[in-house]
Amino acid sequence: MKNFQVAIIGGGVIGSAIAWELSKYKVDVVVFEMGSDVASGASKANSGVIHSGINSPTDSLKARFCVEGNSMFQTLADTLGFQFKWVGKWIIAKNQHEEKELNRLQNVGIANNVPYLKVIDGSEVEKKEPNVSCYKALWVPTAGIIFPYEFTIALAENAAENNVKFLLETKVIGLKKQRNNFEILTDKGNFQAQIVVNAAGLNCREIVSMVEEPDFQVYPCRGEYLILDKNYSSLINSMIYPVPVKELGVLGVHITPTIEGNILIGPSAEFIGDAEDKRTTKEMMSTLFKEAKEIIPALPKKAVISAYSGIRCKLASEKSGGWADYRIEESKHTTGLINLLGIESPGLTAAPAIAREVMKMISKHMELQKKNNFKLKKGRIKRFSEMPLKEQSDLVKNDERWGRIVCRCEQITEAEVINALSNPLGARSLSAVKYRCRAGMGRCQGGFCTQHIVRIMEEQFNIGIDDMKLKSPKSYLFEKRTREVKDD
Amino acid sequence: MISKSVDVAVIGGGPAGLAAAVSAKQHGAKHVVIIDRNSWLGGILPQCIHDGFGVEETGVSLTGPEYAEKYVEMAEKQDIQVLKETMVLQFDKSKEIIAVNKKGLYKIKAGAIVLAMGCREKTRWNVLIPGSRPSGIYTAGVAQSFINLYNIMPGKNVIILGSGDVGLIMARRLKFEGANVLGVVEILPYASGLPRNVVQCLNDYDIPLFLNHTITCIDGKERIEQVTIAQVDEHMHPIAGTEKQISCDTLLLSLGLTPENELSKNVGIEIDSVTGGPIVNQMLETTLDGVFACGNCLQVYDTVDMLSLDAKRAGEHATEKASLQKRKQKSNIRIIPGDGVRYVVPQLVDKSGMIPLTFRVEKPKENTILRVLAGDEELLRKKMRWVNPANMVRIEVDISAETIASAETLKVIIDDC
Repeated sequence: MKNFQVAIIGGGVIGSAIAWELSKYKVDVVVFEMGSDVASGASKANSGVIHSGINSPTDSLKARFCVEGNSMFQTLADTLGFQFKWVGKWIIAKNQHEEKELNRLQNVGIANNVPYLKVIDGSEVEKKEPNVSCYKALWVPTAGIIFPYEFTIALAENAAENNVKFLLETKVIGLKKQRNNFEILTDKGNFQAQIVVNAAGLNCREIVSMVEEPDFQVYPCRGEYLILDKNYSSLINSMIYPVPVKELGVLGVHITPTIEGNILIGPSAEFIGDAEDKRTTKEMMSTLFKEAKEIIPALPKKAVISAYSGIRCKLASEKSGGWADYRIEESKHTTGLINLLGIESPGLTAAPAIAREVMKMISKHMELQKKNNFKLKKGRIKRFSEMPLKEQSDLVKNDERWGRIVCRCEQITEAEVINALSNPLGARSLSAVKYRCRAGMGRCQGGFCTQHIVRIMEEQFNIGIDDMKLKSPKSYLFEKRTREVKDD
Repeated sequence: MISKSVDVAVIGGGPAGLAAAVSAKQHGAKHVVIIDRNSWLGGILPQCIHDGFGVEETGVSLTGPEYAEKYVEMAEKQDIQVLKETMVLQFDKSKEIIAVNKKGLYKIKAGAIVLAMGCREKTRWNVLIPGSRPSGIYTAGVAQSFINLYNIMPGKNVIILGSGDVGLIMARRLKFEGANVLGVVEILPYASGLPRNVVQCLNDYDIPLFLNHTITCIDGKERIEQVTIAQVDEHMHPIAGTEKQISCDTLLLSLGLTPENELSKNVGIEIDSVTGGPIVNQMLETTLDGVFACGNCLQVYDTVDMLSLDAKRAGEHATEKASLQKRKQKSNIRIIPGDGVRYVVPQLVDKSGMIPLTFRVEKPKENTILRVLAGDEELLRKKMRWVNPANMVRIEVDISAETIASAETLKVIIDDC
């Protein structure tokens, strides 16, 4: 049985942010992730928005960690090398009635220490956003966009490079509190740890119930999105939000630009029974489109090129209004179990601040000593397609793998695919490649590159065709060989 | 940077690129280069191991690899330079191509360029099928390449959406390799592939074809587990109450092909919104001087025979162009698809003579008359007993110098008898 000081359950953005903070210290840390890569759940499927902190009630944990997290992002992006843009956001009011809501939000924002908020006339908004018409709008400059999976992967990989152990495809199936230790039972064997951090997202209740009777319920709430073709990136410059829907504790269907130019529409909010039901539905696709068209009348139907959904982990039911604050606390009954419950939006923004809070909680149990050999990743590595010709030419001269384009749509080279597959987490799925280097993300959706990536996996990473998967342990890609080949 | 100068540069070494390059050489081009991203020539042909290629062209039914081999041999004999595993990153209006392979970056100055980039398959998202996003969903061509080139079977219990030719061929291919092909689902009231393929690939193997049906949902948490199919009404909307679940572990999509024209668009070549290919004149020259287009990046062909025929013309005209210095500016006449016609290639004409026109009709129809009109003047009238969108029509029209001088548009229409 392997012993660790801290065990983190869940390799989402919260688990990965905590792992990264801990990796700066002399602590033995393990992360259990049941998916085939980090950011496999809600951390991957959201709007990718770094929120300002105007939407949560003053004095709530949501407001506090959102504002704190927001202030950390520029430095994080610069050091961890993920893409980040302060695009700002407009919350638009269609009439005087909705304007009241803008004023309310502005006041909440001011109380939460969100700077530079301004209510602006519709005619002025139109100058900045010619495709949006409104009566008035609240301008929130301290809102930004990232790729949520890129951020999570950056945190986790840098943590792994600093000796945090990530165990992918490892599901925690039991948890026992012994005197000063936890015994953690997984489908890949048993482990021990002094502290257990429950960052299991939608499964947070399941983990708690392994050691005590949970005093809360989880209400999964699905959000569907539409993705628009890059050709329509000029429709908006900043995020466009309606005034929030009061009933469901969500922000409403909004329109969000992404760094690569695809615009997102969504999310919907639908309480569902099955927390794993990540379906997109025809009805919701048309509802989303209709609602987006109310904000941007010029939106053409053919602009939609894809759809996805993510599930929020809510602690409040639809009936009770859908809003509940985060619970970030050590269990009163089980010493050493740190529970992070109901971390839904703005969880992506709050993640780095929550991680620091968890560090304080851990430091009450053990002395945290800084490592002096912590290797901080510095900045982002440019993609081949972003380089000037001279730089491309030099790279190919030194290493011919830079001269083989594997993904034609995004112009990703074999060298970049190999780098993606060599990640320190050991994530080897097709999605792991896609989310690290964009191969397969373009218009042909892997029509050309899948074969090449499969060949690279087989020849250079010795992955058998039976072990190749799309994104999760059982999402196998192939059935078998067409014909058995006999060696002569 | 490796610099080169050629008379004709052909982008893409599939059947169209090969035919264009061979033809360019035959018509006197000294220095011809084919640039292809694969490690082989022939494009998609090597994975098309069924026969039926070359029947119209040679009278002999060949397999895809055999057909490709014929042209590859010709190309080799004629000393055409081939850059394999080479990706064209861009080209500009002066016809300077930037490409990359493992040896480095290339700058290729061309007298004329022939575009022969082929096409890509439409994906699930082109038709926005709702549901989850599990593994086991492949486009038919990708599945074909896995089975035939990589010796990998994608799945066992297979549903095919779309009755395009690749889908039909794959239904039979999977059956040969022991898979259960549970059916082909087609939203239209008729198959979209060639009628002979429906007979030879489905009927002969008792594979059901669900016409007027579509897939309304995909289920499966990790690997695909089932699809829901439903009947559609005349507006192609699913009819409530007709849904039926079919368990499967694989879904193949044969939803049609999209011409590959990112390079063309980047340099500002005008694209026909119906064909998805460049707008060309009777010489297959695009709206960019000295740049020609052929093969499936021009329009999606249904047989390689017809494709090669046109590609050779592109090679010939590119060679002529490479030896000339300047474009002779002439006013173009537009060729417009009229009633019953979906599109016509070429879209422009600026010279008299016998001009080949290729087009597709809107719907299957019997007892029709094809007419080519210049204003009120009828240039051609031909009885056609039967027309079908899956079968491209190719005709030659004699266009006189007077027509060129006086007409503004030509119209191709399909009339009832």
